[in-house]
Amino acid sequence: MAVVTDDALLDRIQRDAFRYFPAASNPDNGLVADTTRDGSPCSIAVVGFALSSWPVAVERGWTDRATALASCLATLRFFRDSEQSEDPHATGYKGFYYHFLDMRTGARTWSSELSMVDTALLMAGALTAAAYFDREGGDEAELRAIVDALYRRIDWRWAQGGEATLRQGWKPESGYLHYGWDGYDEAIVLYVLAGGSPTNPIAKDSYGAWTLTYQWENLYGYEFLYAGPLFVHQYSHAWIDFRGIRDDFMREKRCDYFENSRRATEVQREYARRNPSRFSGYDENCWGLTACDGPGTHVMPAAGERRRWFGYAARGVPYGPDDGTLSGWASIASLPFAPAVAMRAAREMLRRYPEAWESGQCASSFNPTLAGDAGAWVSPGLFGLDQGVLVMMIENHRSGLIWKLMRNSPVVRKGLLRAGFSGGWL
Amino acid sequence: MQPNGTSERERLGHVRPAVWRNPLPEPRYGLVVVGAGPAGLVAAHGAAALGVKVALVERNLLGGDCLNTGCVPSKTLIRTSRLYAGMREAPHFGVPSPDGIRVDFPEAMRRLRDIRARMSGADSVQRLVEAGVHVFFGQGSFTSHDTLAVGGVTLRFNRAIIATGARPDSPSIPGLAEAGFLTNENVFALTELPRRLLVIGGGPLGCELAQAFSRLGSRTTIVQDWPLFLPREERDAAQILSTAFAREGIEVRLNTQVERVQVEGGEKRVDLVSDDFRSTVVVDAILTGTGRLPQLAGLDLEAAGVESDPVAGVKVNDFLRTTNRRIYAAGDVCAEYKFTHVADETARIAVRNALFLGRKRASSLIVPWCTYTDPEIAHVGLYVRQARERGIPVRTFTIPMNDVDRAIMDGEEAGFVKIHLLDGTDRILGATIVARHAGEMINEITLAMEARIGLSKLAHVIHPYPTQAGAIRMAADAYERTRLTAPVRSLLRRWLSVVTRVEAI
Repeated sequence: MAVVTDDALLDRIQRDAFRYFPAASNPDNGLVADTTRDGSPCSIAVVGFALSSWPVAVERGWTDRATALASCLATLRFFRDSEQSEDPHATGYKGFYYHFLDMRTGARTWSSELSMVDTALLMAGALTAAAYFDREGGDEAELRAIVDALYRRIDWRWAQGGEATLRQGWKPESGYLHYGWDGYDEAIVLYVLAGGSPTNPIAKDSYGAWTLTYQWENLYGYEFLYAGPLFVHQYSHAWIDFRGIRDDFMREKRCDYFENSRRATEVQREYARRNPSRFSGYDENCWGLTACDGPGTHVMPAAGERRRWFGYAARGVPYGPDDGTLSGWASIASLPFAPAVAMRAAREMLRRYPEAWESGQCASSFNPTLAGDAGAWVSPGLFGLDQGVLVMMIENHRSGLIWKLMRNSPVVRKGLLRAGFSGGWL
Repeated sequence: MQPNGTSERERLGHVRPAVWRNPLPEPRYGLVVVGAGPAGLVAAHGAAALGVKVALVERNLLGGDCLNTGCVPSKTLIRTSRLYAGMREAPHFGVPSPDGIRVDFPEAMRRLRDIRARMSGADSVQRLVEAGVHVFFGQGSFTSHDTLAVGGVTLRFNRAIIATGARPDSPSIPGLAEAGFLTNENVFALTELPRRLLVIGGGPLGCELAQAFSRLGSRTTIVQDWPLFLPREERDAAQILSTAFAREGIEVRLNTQVERVQVEGGEKRVDLVSDDFRSTVVVDAILTGTGRLPQLAGLDLEAAGVESDPVAGVKVNDFLRTTNRRIYAAGDVCAEYKFTHVADETARIAVRNALFLGRKRASSLIVPWCTYTDPEIAHVGLYVRQARERGIPVRTFTIPMNDVDRAIMDGEEAGFVKIHLLDGTDRILGATIVARHAGEMINEITLAMEARIGLSKLAHVIHPYPTQAGAIRMAADAYERTRLTAPVRSLLRRWLSVVTRVEAI
C-alpha cells in the first residue's frame, strides 16, 4: 500500500472538512448550520469559520472564486439586511448577533443570547473574506463595503455594560449576562476586533482589565498561560498570527501566544500520557481535550465501572471535566504550533479510530472507554466549528494564508496595537 | 425544636448557666470585653492571665457562633456525612458496599450535641471564673466613653474590646420570611432530616452544608447568583467543587437568583430565574448562607464615640483601635475575614495594643482559611488576580493531586496544590490547595510565608513518604528544576566531564 505523505493526508482531511460548509449552508441567505443534526439552527460562529474557509477552498482549487464569492456575499447581504433591534426575534442588536439563528428566517432561536465572542468570530470571518476578495469593483467591492458597514455598526463599548471587561452576552428579556470573561480564553480575537473599531471601540484599558485575570503556571514542567480546553489555545490563532508579537503580559513572561499554544499542546499530550483517570486510548499520540460533544449526562456502565459522562462540555486538562472523550480535530488544529506531535496524533487516531472519521470527516469527538462492537463511541453527525478550525489551522500550517490575509487587515493591526501588542510582523 | 438531652444541659451549664448571678462590679476594670465568642474569650483569658482585672459581657451564650452554631457543630456533622459518603464509595476501595446504608440523622445530631457539650467546657463560665474574669450576662450598652451598662449596673473601664461577632445576613426574598428558613443559628437544632433541601448561597457555609446534607440523604439543590461557587476562590478550585457536587447528585444552579418563595400544602415552592429562564423547585426546607453582618444591635456605640457601619462593622485602624482611643475591636465585628482563627488572632493583637502599648498591625497577619467541603479548599496570601492588580508579577507552580502518590493510594485525587511566587524569585505570595485535607496542608505554606522561607528551601525539607503534603515538596522540586537554565546545565555538564576525566586518571 502506498504511503500517504503528510501533505496528501492533510489535504484530504482539510478538503473533507471544507465539504461541511457548502453542504450545511442555506444558499438563500448564506446561513450555516451549527451541526448536521436534524433541526440544527445556524451558529453565527460557524458562519465566521465558513467565510474564512471559502478563500482556502479557492486557493486549493476545490471551488472557483465566483462560487466562493457568491456564497460569502449571500451571507453578508443577509446580515446587512436582517433586523437589528431590541425585538426578541430580531437577528441582532447594536451590531451584534444572536448566537443561534433560524436557518430559514435568520431570526433569533433557542432564546439564545446576543453573543459578543460569537459575533467576533463571525466578523473575523467577514474580515477574512474582505481581505481575500480584493478586486476592484463589482461584487468583490460590494462585499468589502458590506463588511466595513457591518463592522462599523458594532457598538463594542456598549458590550462592556459599564464594566471594565466585555460582557459575555445580552438578552432582550434580562439584559447583560451578569458575568464577564475571567481567565485566559478564546477572547483575544474579540478584544482585538473590539479595540480596532473606528466607531465604537472598547475602552482602552479593557484589554488590560481582562488580562489581569490571567494565570501563568508551571504544570508538568511547562510554563504557560493556563487554560484547560485546547480550543482556547487555537480559536484566536485561526485568524491572528501571534508569532513574535507580544502584549504586556507576554513581554513580562518573555513568551508569545503562539509559543504558549505550543506549550499548551505539550501539556495536553503529557496529560494524556499520564492519563490520571485511566481512560482507554489515551497516550502521547492520542490526546485532545476540548469543548466538544460527549456521550451524555447520564451514568452508563463502562469497563465494569460506573463513570459519569458529559454531553457537550468544555473538557480540559488537568482539572477536567474529563470523561475519556477526545477530539481528533483538536489535536490536528495544533499543527501550526507543534507540527510533528500533531501529525503523529492525526495518523495514530485515524489508524486506531477510523469510526470517528466517517466519510473522511472528523467527528466532534470519540470515546474509546465507551466502546461497543462498532468501536469507540462516536459523536453523531458533524459540528461546523470543528470543521472550520480544521480547514483554517491546516491552511495556516501549510501556507499561512489566513494569517497573511489578516496581517494586512487595518482593523486587526489597530486592535492589536491598541491592546498593547508590538514586535514581530506588527 | 432544640432537644433537651443531657448534652444540651451540660453545654448550657457551661455557656449559660440557668442559675447565675452577675458579680458585683469592681469600681473600675482594666479591660471590659463585650462579647464572649472566640475573640472575646481569647481577650478575656489572655488579659486576665497577665493580671488585668477583666469583665466579660455576653448577652447570649459563651463560645459564640463557633462553639454553638458554627465551626464545631458544622464540622462534626460534616465528619458524619463524610463517613456515609465513604460507605457508599466502599466498592471503589475494594470493599463490598455495606448492605442497606440507612442514615440515622437523629443519631448524627446526638453525636453533634455530645461533642459540642464536651468542647463547651473550654469556653465555660467556670473556667472564666477560675481565671479571675468577672462574667456578666446581659445586653451590654455603652453609656459614655468609658462606661458600659449591663444588667442594671455600670462597668467603668480603662480599656474595652468590642467582640460581639456577626449574625447571618438573611436575603430579602419575597415570601422567604413567611415560609421560614434555616441559617447556621438553627440548622443544628434540626431533629429530622429535610427530605428536600434548597441551599441559597454558594459561599463556604452554603457549600459545606449543601454537601453534608446531601450526603446525609437530603435531595439537595444549591442556588448561586454567580457563575461559580466560592467567588473569592480560584476558578479551578470552584470548578472542581462544582464537578464534585454534580457527581454526588447535588442539583447545582449557578447564575441563578431566587425570586420568591410560597408555601403550598406544607411545601415550599421556590421560584428561580437564570437570565430569562424561570423554574420552580419544591422543597421541605430552605437554608440560607448568603454572608454575615456585624452584630452591633444594642451596643449604643454612639454613646462611646465609636463609629461603625452596618456592613463593614466597627471602624478600626490597623491597630484595631476604634474611633474611641479607649476602645478596641476584634473578630467578626470588625474583621474582613470572619473566621474563628482570625477572631483569635485579632483578639491577641487588640489585648497587646490596648493594654501593653503594642503596635502590632492587623494588616501584617498572614491569614489562611479553608472551606471544609470534600475536597477542601484552602488558601493563604494573595490570589494571582490580587497580585496582578497590584502590579506584582506572579508565577504559579501547580501540582495536580492525581500526580501525588498518596492521593492516588487514598483515592483522593481531586484537587491541586498551586503555589504563587513573585516572578523571578522563590518568595511565596500565596497558595491555594484543593485536596481532601487541604486545611491541614496549607499550614506548611503559611509557616513558610510567616517565616519568609522561600519555595526553594521547601525542596530541601524532608516530607515523609507517602503523604499528600508531599505535593508541596513536588511543587518546590518543580521550582528547583526551573533554576537549571541552559547555562547552568552547560556548566554542570562541563563539571561532570572534568570529574569523570580526573577520576579516570
